[in-house]
Amino acid sequence: MATATLPSLDEVWHWLSQVPDPEIPVLSLVDLGIVREVKWDDDTLVVTVTPTYSGCPATGVINLDIERALNAHGVARVRLERQLSPPWTTDWMSAEGREKLRAYGIAPPVDDTAADGRSLALARRLASGSNLTVACPRCGSAQTQKVSQFGSTACKASYRCLSCLEPFDYFKCI
Amino acid sequence: MASAEIAVDRAALFEFLTRMGDNTLILGHRVSEWCGHAPVLEEDIALANTALDLIGQTQLWLGLAGEVEGKGRNADALAFLRDAAAFRNCLLVERPNGDFGQTLMRQFLFDAWHHVMLTALTKSADPRVAEIAAKAVKEAAYHLERSSDLVIRLGDGTDESHARMQRALDDMWSYVGELFISDDADRAVAAAGIAPDPASLKPEWEAIVSEVLREATLKAPTSAYVHKGGRRGVHTEHLGYILADMQFLQRAYPGATW
Repeated sequence: MATATLPSLDEVWHWLSQVPDPEIPVLSLVDLGIVREVKWDDDTLVVTVTPTYSGCPATGVINLDIERALNAHGVARVRLERQLSPPWTTDWMSAEGREKLRAYGIAPPVDDTAADGRSLALARRLASGSNLTVACPRCGSAQTQKVSQFGSTACKASYRCLSCLEPFDYFKCI
Repeated sequence: MASAEIAVDRAALFEFLTRMGDNTLILGHRVSEWCGHAPVLEEDIALANTALDLIGQTQLWLGLAGEVEGKGRNADALAFLRDAAAFRNCLLVERPNGDFGQTLMRQFLFDAWHHVMLTALTKSADPRVAEIAAKAVKEAAYHLERSSDLVIRLGDGTDESHARMQRALDDMWSYVGELFISDDADRAVAAAGIAPDPASLKPEWEAIVSEVLREATLKAPTSAYVHKGGRRGVHTEHLGYILADMQFLQRAYPGATW
């Protein structure tokens, strides 16, 4: 295949921005920030993907979805590469993605609040009974409470709103 | 990459990687045994997610171990086709789950070590080790935050929860020391700058643990007795039962997939 007939990388990024995350379908894989690079290696399209969490069970499905979507757009040869470093961070989640999450009922990550294992500060924070302030995605109230560090998936925590009383998921900063 | 391979004995590096991967594999399997049995739904989910992170990390560590060994064994082959004596996990992670308090105390004592170890490994001279650690340490920070939080809440909770947490601490304490004892393989990877000397991690671990135990109103046992052997393949009888459960399918139906 001559280079001139290959789709442009902008076009490829556009296609990938339409592939939904299998666990949170309102987000695309591009919104999530896990597609790190696309490039042509001769007539093979190389897509570099980084896992969110190392045990994320969606990884296999994500790879399959990427391949299937690109094949559907006429890209016959696709090679997926895994990249561990630098590790995925919610900082890479697009502003658009964060808004989509909130509208879907999941509180988006509060930046710079990733757990860092400094438990001295942690123990004091816990002793004071305070929680990280996560606004309720439904009513916007800041009066919310953490129920559990882990929610329906490893990337989320369980919260409840003390104002509208609804439970909700919070996409943790990592 | 090549320089790290040359600088350290391949067997010592394999030993180190299986110690990392077997710890997360066996603890991940133990924690997964709670699935559907935890005291409340939120904790059931939290335990399953913690187990998932640990199994994910196992795939990275044992995957690299297989690559370093160069005998064609992948992470699955190492997890499912080795016998107990070939496992290098510490004895702490094979302790039975007991009640929820015992599971949490084991998790907390491990998480504190794990986070300190992974933080040190992010500076490993072997970039393959450093990048796995950089990924895993972010997950371990959340594990430590959760287990510290719950140890404090239950320790400084009701009379019943306090008594159970103290008993759990008394039960688990003598299984931790093994993590800080160095042997030849540890010294070889430490000399190559691949991993820290295990003993060097103790002060930081103690700082984390004593801070949390103080908030939890729990007292660390004074006995210095240490159960050891897991890191060189000498295990308690509990590991055999874990493996019988975990490895059954691949042993009974070799190569089965779905």
